[in-house]
Amino acid sequence: MNMNVTLPGSTGLQFKNPILTASGTFGYGVEFAPYGDLTSLGGIVVKGLSLEPRAGNPMPRIAETPCGMLNAVGLQNSGVETFITEKLPKLPTDELPVIANIYACDPAEFGELTAVLAAEKGIAAIEVNISCPNVREGGILFGQDATLAARVTEAVKKAAGDKPIIIKLSPNVTDITTIAKAVEGAGADVISCINTLSGMGVDIRTRKPLIANVIGGLSGPAIKPVALRCTHQVCKAVSIPVIGMGGIASAEDVLEFILVGAHAVQVGTSNFLRPDFSFRLVKELEQLMEKMNITDLEEFRGSLKL
Amino acid sequence: MHQEQCTTLTVLDNVPFGTVSGESLFFALRIERPEWADWQPGQFVMLRPEGWALDMMWARPFSICRVSKRDLVIFFQVVGRGTKRLAELKTGDKVVVWGPLGTPFAVEDKTPTLLLAGGIGIAPLVAYAQKHPQPWNLHMEFGHRMPLNCYPFESINERITAASHLERGPDDLAHFLDLIETSIKEYAESDGLVLACGPTPFLRAVQAFAAKHGARCQLSLENRMACGVGACLGCVTKTTDKMTAKGVAAGRAQACEHGPVFWADQIVLDED
Ligand SMILES: Cc1cc2nc3c(=O)[nH]c(=O)nc-3n(C[C@H](O)[C@H](O)[C@H](O)COP(=O)(O)OP(=O)(O)OC[C@H]3O[C@@H](n4cnc5c(N)ncnc54)[C@H](O)[C@@H]3O)c2cc1C
Ligand SMILES: Cc1cc2nc3c(=O)[nH]c(=O)nc-3n(C[C@H](O)[C@H](O)[C@H](O)COP(=O)(O)O)c2cc1C
Ligand code: FES
Repeated sequence: MNMNVTLPGSTGLQFKNPILTASGTFGYGVEFAPYGDLTSLGGIVVKGLSLEPRAGNPMPRIAETPCGMLNAVGLQNSGVETFITEKLPKLPTDELPVIANIYACDPAEFGELTAVLAAEKGIAAIEVNISCPNVREGGILFGQDATLAARVTEAVKKAAGDKPIIIKLSPNVTDITTIAKAVEGAGADVISCINTLSGMGVDIRTRKPLIANVIGGLSGPAIKPVALRCTHQVCKAVSIPVIGMGGIASAEDVLEFILVGAHAVQVGTSNFLRPDFSFRLVKELEQLMEKMNITDLEEFRGSLKL
Repeated sequence: MHQEQCTTLTVLDNVPFGTVSGESLFFALRIERPEWADWQPGQFVMLRPEGWALDMMWARPFSICRVSKRDLVIFFQVVGRGTKRLAELKTGDKVVVWGPLGTPFAVEDKTPTLLLAGGIGIAPLVAYAQKHPQPWNLHMEFGHRMPLNCYPFESINERITAASHLERGPDDLAHFLDLIETSIKEYAESDGLVLACGPTPFLRAVQAFAAKHGARCQLSLENRMACGVGACLGCVTKTTDKMTAKGVAAGRAQACEHGPVFWADQIVLDED
């Protein structure tokens, strides 16, 4: 059976299976090392990094909702330098593709941050978060405006050297294909989608919002149909490879995203079901493929009958 | 050293403690013992029944109350939709458990140690009293609102001296807080240790008394948690410049990893 994924084009990105973990839900990977073999995963995407340390949003930042959760963590991180000196050396980067997820406030800063990471041998690719709904200084704006999205993509691409760049799209737009085409045109190597959906929750007893930021990002199985629709539309609109995500909670879900054309997937909120979730999912996918007589994922990919 | 595990375990039984207006709201959940190398009082587990569908995605954090050769016991109070469903667990049901997690309470064998428990916050302190090598150095003050037989208080009284205080209204609370302040002052004067677990307003009072009288004091927090392993950053608490733990940055520390037990002068408690 072949679970290998090779992304087409000049990226040179290869995963031993299509299952990666999504940014912000798998820490820096090391937190999950006691629960499984990190190198059995297709890859990991680390928590969003910024140039300077950030304190993130006030508490409470997370709330459980039906079949999902809201979060407004707000990109708390200790800065890219600390990541490179303290976290990255702990990861088995020879055997595990480690993708850095980045956030910045303007295209120039995106470029600066990319240059720092591009110099690191242990980084397999850079995923650009142009879609975070939780940061006030316009994080969402880059992802909602085709021109801005293209400008960020160009800045990152210029600074990335030979590192592949992945642009992560927001579902909080009128037409996701417009943004997808814009970032493809600006030189993106890969697109990943989707980030969280904008949402909120309230408590009728305390009359307070469930999270201090009032508005947060919805994730988990509740958003899977939206994520699948976006992935399907983006796959049809562009010719660069797509990594799909949003609510994946079983091996069947993985195949659904691949069926609509995704090369690989990321698992986010389901990592909270149990810390060994993604490790188990790799095995479950193998079993499901066997049961369904799928010997090659590339053959199955994009074979949706319309 | 990392010794955490995630395993599926069988429920041995789920025993209600006392009743409140005829309803059972407190339970000792006994499950088969996980194969842990070791654990320390103040540490906790994340627990999620296998039977839960995807409507509730998060496991719930619970302090380790007791571990014997055969079982692991957690003690919980029904407060919301998750704990309501946990109350329905029956013998033979399967639960997914990961742990032992977090930073435990300090143990100083020979130091006079004051345990301050508010309500269900008694759970980790039961473990503390059980495992302490010189329990005669421990004393507990326990404040509670529900009938005493709702809590695992009897078992603690067998090993250490403990006093319970039923809070029926504001007067009782004021009296309890006075008593706590006096005790904290005494322990501060003899360089004792003060350990507290309970609702946030209670912890805030303890924190203030400890600061006022210069007591060495640790607080155990009950922040909302999703992952339990330090990854989601949903459970953080603000830290002060006294925070010394390795890996704490940007003035925020994950309660699941650097806590739930913190030195009182190293954190800022949230409002409400
Ligand atoms: C490290 C740690 C150890 C804990 N140990 C124990 C224990 O030994 N026994 C025990 O009974 N509980 C313990 N708790 C608290 C327990 O985890 C929560 O009560 C539980 O998660 C609530 O789940 P729920 O779905 O029933 O409530 P939800 O439906 O999530 O919430 C219902 C209501 O309870 C409130 N609530 C939710 N979580 C908490 C909380 N952590 N503290 C106070 N109020 C809350 C909510 O604001 C809401 O009003 C611990 C928490 C932590 C972080
Ligand atoms: C707690 C939390 C933190 C997140 N942090 C980030 C982040 O730092 N950067 C980012 O690009 N996406 C972040 N995300 C979004 C996820 O990577 C993912 O796109 C989204 O949750 C949808 O997938 P899911 O439904 O499988 O969780 C975060 C999601 C959650 C739940
Ligand atoms: S619960 Fe996720 S970081 Fe603490």
